[in-house]
Amino acid sequence: MTPTGYFLDHLWLIPLFPLATAALMLFFGRRLPKVGVSILCVGSVGLSFIYAVGAVFQLLATEPEHRVAQQILFEWLTPGPMQMTGGQAIPFVADWGFLLDPLSCVMVLVVTGVGFLIHVYSVGYMAHEGGYYRFFGYMNLFMFAMLTLVLANNMLLMFVGWEGVGLCSYLLIGFYFLKKSASDAGKKAFIVNRIGDAGFILGILLTAVTLGTIRFTSQGLSGAEGAVGILQALKAAVDTHALAYGTPVLTSIALLLFVGAVGKSAQIPLYVWLPDAMEGPTPVSALIHAATMVTAGVYMVARMNAIYQLAPFAMNVVAVVGVVTAIFAASMALVQNDIKKVLAYSTISQLGYMFLALGVGAFAAGVFHLMTHAFFKALLFLGAGSVIHAMSGEQDLQKMGGLWSKIPITAKTFAVATLAIAGIFPLAGFFSKDEILGHAFEKNPALWLVGFVTAGMTAFYMFRLLFLAFFGYSRADEQVEKHIHESPPTMTIPLMMLAGLSLVGGWIGWPLSLGGDARFEKFLEPVLSGVVAETGAEKIGQHGLAIEYILMLASLSIAGAGIWLAYHFYRTKRIAPELVAGKWPKLYQLLLHKYYVDEIYDAAIVERTKDLGNLLGRFDANVIDGVGVNGAGWLARSGSTLSMWWDKWIIDGLLNFSAKLMQLLSYPVRLLQTGMFSSYAMLILVGLVVLLAYYGHHVQVLLRSVR
Amino acid sequence: MLPIGHYLFLSLALFIIGVLGVVTRRNVIVVLMSIELILNAVNINLVAFSRLYGDVDGQVFALFIIADAAAEAAVGLGIIIAFFRNRETVLADEMDLLKW
Repeated sequence: MTPTGYFLDHLWLIPLFPLATAALMLFFGRRLPKVGVSILCVGSVGLSFIYAVGAVFQLLATEPEHRVAQQILFEWLTPGPMQMTGGQAIPFVADWGFLLDPLSCVMVLVVTGVGFLIHVYSVGYMAHEGGYYRFFGYMNLFMFAMLTLVLANNMLLMFVGWEGVGLCSYLLIGFYFLKKSASDAGKKAFIVNRIGDAGFILGILLTAVTLGTIRFTSQGLSGAEGAVGILQALKAAVDTHALAYGTPVLTSIALLLFVGAVGKSAQIPLYVWLPDAMEGPTPVSALIHAATMVTAGVYMVARMNAIYQLAPFAMNVVAVVGVVTAIFAASMALVQNDIKKVLAYSTISQLGYMFLALGVGAFAAGVFHLMTHAFFKALLFLGAGSVIHAMSGEQDLQKMGGLWSKIPITAKTFAVATLAIAGIFPLAGFFSKDEILGHAFEKNPALWLVGFVTAGMTAFYMFRLLFLAFFGYSRADEQVEKHIHESPPTMTIPLMMLAGLSLVGGWIGWPLSLGGDARFEKFLEPVLSGVVAETGAEKIGQHGLAIEYILMLASLSIAGAGIWLAYHFYRTKRIAPELVAGKWPKLYQLLLHKYYVDEIYDAAIVERTKDLGNLLGRFDANVIDGVGVNGAGWLARSGSTLSMWWDKWIIDGLLNFSAKLMQLLSYPVRLLQTGMFSSYAMLILVGLVVLLAYYGHHVQVLLRSVR
Repeated sequence: MLPIGHYLFLSLALFIIGVLGVVTRRNVIVVLMSIELILNAVNINLVAFSRLYGDVDGQVFALFIIADAAAEAAVGLGIIIAFFRNRETVLADEMDLLKW
């Protein structure tokens, strides 16, 4: 039985609502009152959320193996002949269609749900900012692009959403565009993402020529439309042994797609844009740079899991990049003093966890962590925004402290999120992180060890943040101190709701070992099982219960150790952080300067690119302008000089020559014309005499006849 | 009666004197007078042949020419006076305005 129902038939409305209000805001927003902007923009996202929930429930009504709803609105790229690598020509189609399966269910709920809460929060946070309508216009445009990304039924439409979220990210990072650092950060994000996008689009093209289709699956489409999807094409190719486990072309596709994911999800080496992206307003950081957009890479890899499961080398690359990013970013988060920067590095680190999960084949765990991370990281960012709001824009942890009783709701929700991200039982982060670490241990204990250490670092830097901001005595200026106030309800209510989600959000994936039934994993299983039975997710969950308990205890204890360390560093001051920093000054400087990666990139790439630009500029100035343009000018001028010379001396010269000749020839004639009548009379006389002399005999005859 | 040749000779002499006067003299008044001589040479010629053939047509022509000469003298002298008023000269070689 294929899933049907009103909401499933109107899937296309989910991205359309925010698009409509975005267009309204960006064209007419200036003339709308703030209340109207708030109601329209938040309302449209809320409506999307309702439709998403409706659609998910209607999908859940069917049995698991049929939970795919696909709807093609129209053919976007009409069938055109394309030659595949095998040599056969096939019609290539890309449609504008939406796909709702368990994986996109998770994404669409996270995006609309967390997105809605963040929109509500923004009403309070942005209340006193200029460009209110512009902010909400961009936010809604982002929602549209993100929903297109997660609901797309083919890679090209996904790419449209992918680029759309990139654009909105750029616009929102540079929201305070008069600030140079903000506009620079926007540009950096856009340019770094471009590198990843190039990989993504190459991956799409390679998929198209290898499998002949870019549609994810043909499931949920009626036979008349008859097109195959990637899943079916892959299965057919594996069955006929055209492609197999570890075929280089599949590895290439997987790696190219992963380049795209690395750019969007801020992994090594393309993570540098995310910390700078904190220049944007805090709700933007929460929505785009923590909860949704940066997880697009994780979603994309999970979506293409069938290919990844056949590309073991690419899987290893994903796992290693993920785990290295996780510990690398966590180490930088240890010493940052900007509240948002700590969270930014934490986000990178957590995304690394997700890629670790994907890389070890635990796609469900990766997506699970994506979801729980969206809850608690959005909460952390919104809480940080509330702190910044209370501190009159101060972001430096050194100047905070003692906020616990002054902004109690923010503080308590923040503490919940901190516990969740640190992986304390039974909050959301515990379940997802533990599942990842368990699968990593299964695959390779070395991967687990790095992830395990990272978990301790995570607990440490998050509690460092918590203690520095909310406990101890206040280090704020007096002016700021006086203004500290709890945020309005539009901000605190979303905080509380997200805190609730951070508390219980992980329970949906309560593991078997703790007496749960791993519902989340089972829910996603039809999408993530791949095409070959013996690879991928199948082996997972087979290790012994004892090991599982030990791993859980280990991660709990290292989280506890991190918290204990942070407590003594920043609460009791039994260990002074300055002393530790003084003991290893080089290491401390290295971390404080973020491993000098920005500087290295500047020196190795940015400056070299500028050099190339200068070189090309000089080429332009000297060769194109110098030889080309000026040469052409010189040539034209020379030609015209020559032509002028010809005109002057040959054409005019001939004319003048003939005139001169006439003048010369006329000289004797002119001598005759004296102007004196006596000479004329003389000439008449002479002429008469000549005439008479010549015709004399006629005169004689005449005279004779007279006589 | 004198033979026609005498008259013709006189006429020719007068004509040549007149022509030479017209061509050579600088004073326009003299030139005008020379033109009178030429006209009178023609008159003598006409009258001589008129008598020779007993035909009065020649005499009529002579009368016309005398009238014509009078008119010509009047107009010519008028021009000369006008010219003199403008240029303060009556010399033919200074009358070079025809070549302009």
